[in-house]
Amino acid sequence: MGEILVLVDHVDGAVRKPTLELLTLARRLGEPSAVFLGKGADAATETLGRYGAQKVYVVDAAEIDDYLVVPKADALAQIAQSANPAAILVPSSADGREIGARVAVRLGSGLITDAVDVVAGENGPETEQSVFAATYQVRAHVTKGTPVITVKPNAATPEEAPATPAVESVSVEFSRAATGTKIVSRAPREKSDRPELTEADIVVSGGRGVNGAENFVVIERLADSLGAAVGASRAAVDAGWYPHSHQVGQTGTQVSPQLYIAAGISGAIQHRAGMQTSKTIVAINKDEDAPIFDLVDYGVVGDLFKVVPQLEEEINKRK
Amino acid sequence: MKIVVCVKYVPDATGDRGFNEDGTSDRESVDSLLSELDEYAIEQALQIVESGVEAEITYLTVGPDDAKDALRKALAMGGDKAIHVNDDDIQGTDALGTSLILAKAIEKSGYDLVVCGMASTDGNMGVVPAMLAERLGVPQVTFLDEVKVEGGVVKGRREGDVASETIEASLPAVVSVTDRTGEARFPSFKGIMAAKKKPLENLDLDDLGVESDEVGLSAAWSTVDSATARPPRSKGEVVEDEGDGGVKLAEFLAAKKFI
Ligand SMILES: Cc1cc2nc3c(=O)[nH]c(=O)nc-3n(C[C@H](O)[C@H](O)[C@H](O)COP(=O)(O)OP(=O)(O)OC[C@H]3O[C@@H](n4cnc5c(N)ncnc54)[C@H](O)[C@@H]3O)c2cc1C
Ligand SMILES: Cc1cc2nc3c(=O)[nH]c(=O)nc-3n(C[C@H](O)[C@H](O)[C@H](O)COP(=O)(O)OP(=O)(O)OC[C@H]3O[C@@H](n4cnc5c(N)ncnc54)[C@H](O)[C@@H]3O)c2cc1C
Repeated sequence: MGEILVLVDHVDGAVRKPTLELLTLARRLGEPSAVFLGKGADAATETLGRYGAQKVYVVDAAEIDDYLVVPKADALAQIAQSANPAAILVPSSADGREIGARVAVRLGSGLITDAVDVVAGENGPETEQSVFAATYQVRAHVTKGTPVITVKPNAATPEEAPATPAVESVSVEFSRAATGTKIVSRAPREKSDRPELTEADIVVSGGRGVNGAENFVVIERLADSLGAAVGASRAAVDAGWYPHSHQVGQTGTQVSPQLYIAAGISGAIQHRAGMQTSKTIVAINKDEDAPIFDLVDYGVVGDLFKVVPQLEEEINKRK
Repeated sequence: MKIVVCVKYVPDATGDRGFNEDGTSDRESVDSLLSELDEYAIEQALQIVESGVEAEITYLTVGPDDAKDALRKALAMGGDKAIHVNDDDIQGTDALGTSLILAKAIEKSGYDLVVCGMASTDGNMGVVPAMLAERLGVPQVTFLDEVKVEGGVVKGRREGDVASETIEASLPAVVSVTDRTGEARFPSFKGIMAAKKKPLENLDLDDLGVESDEVGLSAAWSTVDSATARPPRSKGEVVEDEGDGGVKLAEFLAAKKFI
């Protein structure tokens, strides 16, 4: 079976969950090798092995942290050129998509972005994408070069398959372009105790109907009673009521939880693009004609400031 | 200096979008328009000029005949001229091919700064700006919430994967901007009239030295095996709150084992 390169998404060696999903998917296609760029490989190797990485390529160079995207693309492309893998899987994140894009151009390979599933097929990996605001499912495959596929979070459930990976330290010859875009400063995002949007089983979102930053506590309390992540519509984010990192939709985060609760959200196509594939959808809106009600498994026409606190109280009572 | 703004003509997201038999996107049954996310790119280019940078703004699109509408709208917002790359052999081109055509057209027109949207509203890949930077061999300063050009340097704020980053590069460079850069202006009546007189150049693949077997559906680097409409979600029960809406909701969630 061929080697499958998986680009590791990590924060200082702490491997993020999408990478474990990618390793799990990679095992369907061949033998996974993790590509670890930056600092903290020692801390990551055990985790990567536990999820089936047979090999870990490590590139630890200052360029990786100090410059945007290109050094990582250089490293991944160079490893791909010598390993000649059967496919390259990359997390669908801001950086991941752009790394994948550059590697695809460099290798003369086809690129598929935002896969929600990857399986082995006759012509190499077959992908599934959810497109046009999640109204269509597209199956596709790459026809030229080494398939480069970016994969969305939650595309698979991580499964352990313990291995003891061989660690190979790689020294990369960076291109002239590598130092073109300098990262001048970095402000880490605020950490919260709530689950991350893309990883949560339940998401509770508030929209323009929440009517003020100070009122978002109503949404947060419901979320906490369910152990859920908090989301927001662009209208709520644009108004400055909630941080952009919580925006659900086309230009925010796309989520696909077991349960999505929308309060004071009308259900515009761009919002639906980010939540339409949720298993169960519930909405609270005072307008019975709000388009969000076309999607719901259960809906309440009413004032969210009455319905949401009552729901929270009822949930806490039943615990 | 020269600014090239890449704008895409896309099927309206509020319409009933779908696919043709061959897996290409259906452009017949739905009206198309200038991708809304590219309006932010146009707005930022105009603001860069208004901030005192002396520059000529050229809009560039690769698309079918009607894609001129997107260029006309852009020109009505401001800017100087437009280039339309149109060729029968382009239909069905993927991101690799599109970025190749765009890069050739950008090189032909000359550039110091290329401005793109964060993603198209149809393909939604968010990869063309990085591909352009790769092909042109210039820095990418992408996915910016704020952008500024000063003294030959472009600088901006990017929401990266785990942190908010300030990034910068020397020109020439490729930039892409998000929908958080600020609302785009509406074309004024005067702008719409003025746009009719602005030059619009037509180019085909020959003009760009791109072989027809390098692009198009048959040469695509990836292929669609099937495109299936998801069954629309069936609408569940919707109740009026009569003072017990929260309790009823809790009962629903309990029946579904969420609580
Ligand atoms: C290119 C583009 C990209 C976009 N990307 C996104 C995106 O990523 N995410 C996104 O969300 N939007 C996005 N939008 C914006 C989108 O089109 C809508 O404008 C937005 O989703 C509206 O947010 P909303 O539903 O909160 O507000 P509104 O549409 O104003 O709806 C508010 C709702 O709250 C209800 N309401 C008011 N008060 C109460 C109350 N007390 N109790 C109960 N209900 C109440 C109202 O009946 C109404 O239905 C995008 C738009 C464009 C053009
Ligand atoms: C539903 C769907 C799924 C697709 N999936 C894939 C896929 O997995 N792999 C693949 O290779 N192709 C795919 N394609 C084709 C791809 O979308 C087009 O080739 C497209 O031209 C480039 O990708 P994009 O529209 O996603 O651009 P993005 O990378 O999202 O666009 C970013 C910016 O680049 C500029 N730009 C993009 N296209 C043009 C243009 N034609 N003219 C001028 N400026 C432009 C704009 O400034 C735009 O804001 C898909 C198309 C559709 C409709």
